[in-house]
Amino acid sequence: MPLTAVRFGATVTAESPATTTAPIVSVRSLDAYFAATRAVRDVSLDLVEGQVTAIIGPSGCGKSTLLRCLNRMHETVPSAHTEGEVLLEGKDIYARGVNPIEVRRRIGMVFQRPTPFPTMSIRDNVIAGFRAAGPAAPTRGEQHDIAESSLRRAALWDEVKDRLHESATALSGGQQQRLCIARALATKPRVLLLDEPTASLDPLSSQKVEELVYELRGDVTIVIVTHNMQQAARVSDRTAFMLLGELVEAAPTSRLFTSPVDERTESYITGRFG
Amino acid sequence: MASTSLHGASVGDRIFRLATTAFALSIPLLLVLLAIDVAAAAWPALKTFGVAFLTSSRWDAVDGVFGAAPAIYGTIVSSVLALLIATPLAVGVAIFLSEFAPAWLRQPVAFLVDLLAAIPSVVYGLWGIFVLVPFLRERVMPLLADRLHLGGTPLFSGPAYGPSMLAAAVILAIMVLPYISSVTREVLMAVPRSQREAALALGATRWEMIWGAVLPYASSGVLGSIILGLGRALGETMAVTMVIGNRHEISSSLFAPGYTMASLIANEFSEATNDLHLSALMAVGAVLLAITLVVNVLARWLVWRVQRQGQA
Amino acid sequence: MIGLTVVAALLATLPLLLILTLLLKQGASSLNVAFFTAMPKPVGEVGGGMANAMLGTVMLIGVASAIGLPFGIGAGLYLAEHKAEPLAAVVRFLSDVLNGLPSIVVGIFAWQFLVRPVKHFSALAGGIALGVMMIPLVTRTTEEMVRLVPDALREAALALGFSRWRTSLTVVLRTALSGIVTGALVAVARIAGETAPLLFTAFGNQFWSTSLTQPVSALPLQIFTYAISPYDEWHALAWAGALVLLALVLVVSLIAKFVTRPRFGSGSD
Repeated sequence: MPLTAVRFGATVTAESPATTTAPIVSVRSLDAYFAATRAVRDVSLDLVEGQVTAIIGPSGCGKSTLLRCLNRMHETVPSAHTEGEVLLEGKDIYARGVNPIEVRRRIGMVFQRPTPFPTMSIRDNVIAGFRAAGPAAPTRGEQHDIAESSLRRAALWDEVKDRLHESATALSGGQQQRLCIARALATKPRVLLLDEPTASLDPLSSQKVEELVYELRGDVTIVIVTHNMQQAARVSDRTAFMLLGELVEAAPTSRLFTSPVDERTESYITGRFG
Repeated sequence: MASTSLHGASVGDRIFRLATTAFALSIPLLLVLLAIDVAAAAWPALKTFGVAFLTSSRWDAVDGVFGAAPAIYGTIVSSVLALLIATPLAVGVAIFLSEFAPAWLRQPVAFLVDLLAAIPSVVYGLWGIFVLVPFLRERVMPLLADRLHLGGTPLFSGPAYGPSMLAAAVILAIMVLPYISSVTREVLMAVPRSQREAALALGATRWEMIWGAVLPYASSGVLGSIILGLGRALGETMAVTMVIGNRHEISSSLFAPGYTMASLIANEFSEATNDLHLSALMAVGAVLLAITLVVNVLARWLVWRVQRQGQA
Repeated sequence: MIGLTVVAALLATLPLLLILTLLLKQGASSLNVAFFTAMPKPVGEVGGGMANAMLGTVMLIGVASAIGLPFGIGAGLYLAEHKAEPLAAVVRFLSDVLNGLPSIVVGIFAWQFLVRPVKHFSALAGGIALGVMMIPLVTRTTEEMVRLVPDALREAALALGFSRWRTSLTVVLRTALSGIVTGALVAVARIAGETAPLLFTAFGNQFWSTSLTQPVSALPLQIFTYAISPYDEWHALAWAGALVLLALVLVVSLIAKFVTRPRFGSGSD
């Protein structure tokens, strides 16, 4: 890390005085569009390595869209495009010549509804990311080790170790979601994006996913989009509040929920709208 | 730890997109090629005979004079007659299946009707030769001509040979029935609940609801399914060739043998004696192609219109 | 009035029952082992079979599938993955039009390109004619099946760093595969019984031929030849052939029905 830190030292610290380490991801004046509609407006945000950042806000505020800009998934929607920069370890992922596939291999993502590949076994789902890698595919032995360590990290190993070769669709919704997290972790991404990962789960399964997010901190940088403020308060180090496509306020979670600076943030967290 | 380059080309994606686009383009390409090819091959005959090719009844390979009027007439008459027989039945089945049939009966009956479409044309022809044609000759034709005293009318006059326009129409009716019925069923199912409920709320009986609300709403789709059936009937070859009698003559009587464009090509193509004969057969193919193209485009448009309404 | 629709349903299914019972009766009585193993015999000799015609049908289906499946699946994938593009609408429409063309016209088209230049009939020409007929059928079912694959799966694959082509082939197509197989089998069942496009392409052959460049017989061709002949022995063989052909078509259709449906979405809860 020291190398990167030095490189960022001069340029970034001025913009992010709250943090001492350099940000792993730095969003600079980002706009995201669906055709002519601007869903994300001039957002700048730094993600600190190893921390959990929550993005909250009412429905349609652009929080999911912002998240999808971080690994260039936004542009997979026809007519969608972005303007501005997103720096991953100092390199703009939107620069000319950057291959979005390379970006997505470094920044994992998990969606609202669990998305196991229905034709693959549990084990094959976990190592699916390596199929995408092509030449750098691991050997069979390595694949097994990767599957095991990823499932352990996702706190799923004990539940599935005896049925690794069964279809992933046989798992419960909560297990499927943790499988998707294991799948995203398998390729060792620097950043993990979670788009309302508990929205379709029952309370017990949600709790397990939350615990998992909590445990993964330090290990991997996490961004979690949620409409559940309690969840944000429980799992995140920093919280960003968005409204109508704009980033209103980003601060350490404890501070944002106790003494917000912006009155719109205060209105939201005290339940006056949204 | 500076990460490795984010750069890299997605050549694979470009190749893949190119390949699927090429496969997709093969369909328009095939059609264009087919149309140009058949038209070009037909040109010598069309140029030689002009309008007479469509209006003349003289088809003489020895003298090299070709007029396709009987085949065109036979194609249209047998198909239209087939639709007259098949449509009431097919629409009846579709209404039965979509509105009245108890749930347990729906699947089996729909399966049986769809099975009609799975029987190969040549098997229909075989059945036609050995069962349908004798049955028509010995039972139906005498019944129509003598018992019902219709023998004096032009439609049912003349001797009952068996192989005839009537036989072709009946076998075609059986063959197109499943097509009309299954598309009609789809169209009826696409009629929104709100249309049905509005009629029922006005105190309509079930039948009044179908007659007054469902059928009018679906009418252009039902019409589309009938025209789709027409497209099938016009181009049907084997079964018709085996029962129509293959005589190059226009007769007002449905008891008389006739010809269709498809069966004319099937019978003479591999025995064509010279280039003009071949070109004349190609011209018959071109006329058939043109008619079926128009009919198909019309039908697809009608069905598409109803389905789009249903979605909106 | 409900009664009328019941009568319509009865009348519509009647021909099917008549044809099936007669086929079973007539066909079974002239069906024996020799029918499957022996070659056709000249007029006047009793016995003989359709071994060569069955081989021909298998060869023709093989060639047709080699054409129809890649083109149909490729075009179907294009239509499903680019559904909003104007070209997709055009191709979808023309695919329906191609599907509605008289098979005899496809036959003369194939003759023009594949028989006329080389001056002799061939199995290849017949198979390609059938393959052209298969393309729109396979295109349609592929498109429908691929569209059933939830977008969430595509996104999940893309987010894992799959390229678009890997997403399409290893995730989307793989998930839709059983549905596509069903569609392919239905298409095979449909072309297996086609006769008209073979009349002047595959043409028919009284002898055992495994060459793609030579004319071959096919079950429907042989049934046609025997049915319109004046000989009783041949008529009996035609019935037996029709029974075998229909059984083939039905078995393939039934297999298609029982190929497991695609599994989608989440599992048990």
